[in-house]
Amino acid sequence: MSTVFGVPTQALFGQLLIGLINGSFYAMLSLGLSVIFGLLNIINFAHGAQYMMGAFAAYFLLQWAGLGYWWALLVAPVVVGLLGVVLERTMIRRLYHLDHLYGLLLTFGFALVIQGMFRHEFGSSGLPYAMPALLSGGHNLGFMFLPNYRAWVIVFSLGLCFGTWYVIERTKLGSYLRAATENPALVQAFGVNVPRMVTLTYGFGVALAGVAGVLAAPIYQVNPLMGADLIIVVFAVVVIGGLGSIMGSIVTGFALGVVEGLTKVFYPEASNTVIFVIMAVVLVFRPTGLFGREH
Amino acid sequence: MNRILAIVVAMALALATSSAQAQISDGVIKIGVLNDQSGTYADLAGPGSVVAARMAVEDFGAAAKGMKVEILSADHQNKPDVGSNIARQWYDVDKVDLILDVPTSSVVLAVNQITREKNKAFIVSTGATSDLTGKACSPNAIHWTYDTWALANGTGSAIVKTGGDTWFFLTADYAFGHALERDTEAVVVKNGGKVLGKVRHPFPSSDFSSFLLQAQASKAKIIGLANAGADTTNAIKQGAEFGIAKGGQQFAGLLVFLTDVHALGLEKAQGLVLTEAFYWDLNDKTRAWSKRFAERHRGAMPTMVQAGVYSATLHYLKAIEALKSDDGPKVIAKMKEMPTDDPLFGKGAVRADGRKIHPMYLFEVKKPAESKGAWDYYKVRATIPADQAFRPIDQGDCPLVKK
Repeated sequence: MSTVFGVPTQALFGQLLIGLINGSFYAMLSLGLSVIFGLLNIINFAHGAQYMMGAFAAYFLLQWAGLGYWWALLVAPVVVGLLGVVLERTMIRRLYHLDHLYGLLLTFGFALVIQGMFRHEFGSSGLPYAMPALLSGGHNLGFMFLPNYRAWVIVFSLGLCFGTWYVIERTKLGSYLRAATENPALVQAFGVNVPRMVTLTYGFGVALAGVAGVLAAPIYQVNPLMGADLIIVVFAVVVIGGLGSIMGSIVTGFALGVVEGLTKVFYPEASNTVIFVIMAVVLVFRPTGLFGREH
Repeated sequence: MNRILAIVVAMALALATSSAQAQISDGVIKIGVLNDQSGTYADLAGPGSVVAARMAVEDFGAAAKGMKVEILSADHQNKPDVGSNIARQWYDVDKVDLILDVPTSSVVLAVNQITREKNKAFIVSTGATSDLTGKACSPNAIHWTYDTWALANGTGSAIVKTGGDTWFFLTADYAFGHALERDTEAVVVKNGGKVLGKVRHPFPSSDFSSFLLQAQASKAKIIGLANAGADTTNAIKQGAEFGIAKGGQQFAGLLVFLTDVHALGLEKAQGLVLTEAFYWDLNDKTRAWSKRFAERHRGAMPTMVQAGVYSATLHYLKAIEALKSDDGPKVIAKMKEMPTDDPLFGKGAVRADGRKIHPMYLFEVKKPAESKGAWDYYKVRATIPADQAFRPIDQGDCPLVKK
């Protein structure tokens, strides 16, 4: 069996695949953040809490309405997205003309409040959410045992990420959104309802977080703190990829998931910090991020 | 004239009694419950420990005996620097006499140091490291409910003796994980087993997939989980996903609490073998107390460490009553002198090295069909008598123990 730096290649492939799976979550969440920042100039610190609300929405749908995982995939993001729309309409909208910092503070405070409420109600140990029967079990690929559900996560997130990229970069609707960011007054003069588009875009970014939460529910505990742990890493991913670059956040999300996976093999104690080390290095040499544009 | 004399005498007597009270520092016994109120370890101790401490003060009848007891609580967030700051402030500014509970062994060791400097008292219920009664033993501290040595001795040796002789450790990368891994490895090797590998994961972690992959590759029969709380439950949950059991491997939960089994559900947790010092359904006395606890703690049954906080507070107050003083090391010495007796742990004692002795129990998690309802999770596999459950006093390298 050949080895790379003392680790058998078989084990390495397994870890790369695991890294891709984690990268899927990073990609989906950083995509939502990038969409919201790129098009709205809001640093949405509530993203982690909205991811958590998506997971809880799936849990409630199962407990109270008996709606299973597949329904949750459709309904939970809509619910979370609507809550995001309400938040934008009532509070965030008032901060557009101010410095970025105020939006950050508002969404951060919102996240703390929501997480505190959930933790008060549900404790911090987490609630169980059953894996959908269709996706349980797995396949032995030879170099590792790949659970079906994890394969599904990769497939779904790739589809969602590239679908979103296509809509924003290649369709007419996307072009309106991009134009509205650059010059909202002019676009509005052309008769496009810019405020409504902004609201719906925020709702869409939040719905992306919600759907990531539903995907996470069967494998990570449905836990009020699940977003808090993840959001910091996701912000690092977004900064590395370039704030506002859609393709950048997708590619960087997957790539950093793989890097983290490799670190877990060679020096697991550092796996929590390797992404931040990379962020520091990237910021020194390319302050706008790997794919970012000057803002 | 006689009247004035009588009033003066009465006042003198009144002043005399309050000066006797002055032996209790500031006239109030202040107990600080320091633990994780919001993170990984919040459900197994957290606000429940504060409830347990209050119950102990009420059951002791402090008010009726004229003893003023105040309970404070704070969240150390599992960080030694935060815990140290709170401890210093409590001792220096708030005049706290006893710090109690403290999960997270790195915080335990830090607060232990500070308590020694300030010459106060420290009783650990939730923290696990056996170093507290070993290298780090102190005349100001008592280790109450359990420790890593007792866990290794209970779960570790039970598993090796029933055929689990090759191990792979999944260890939380901080003081507690290291201590538990060290103590369990010693037990495994002593009983003829082998450790095939270990991996240290960051504390806390939510994704164990790559560590589980390494555990699978090692082909060890037993995957020892040297972690606790959400780390343990996540590892077990994800292990089910990766087909650990189908591959012929088994998890050994080295530290599992009732709240972890509740969070996992019996479907995933059934068959787990674990060592604990207390279970709510052991006998009538534990059942009665646990019901009272659950009424004050959102219907959740107590874990062994919450029961430990109750038991420790009771014994502490008894010692103060006998000693009529709350001076740190003196009360600790008195607690070692007096045998312990409470409805939760029965009769026991505190040794010279600060280790409290009581029987430990080996439990097995019931199958879903065997459980009659919520919180009915354990069946007793064995009882380890008090004199065998903990590390022998001469093996700990504790400087307080005369050789």
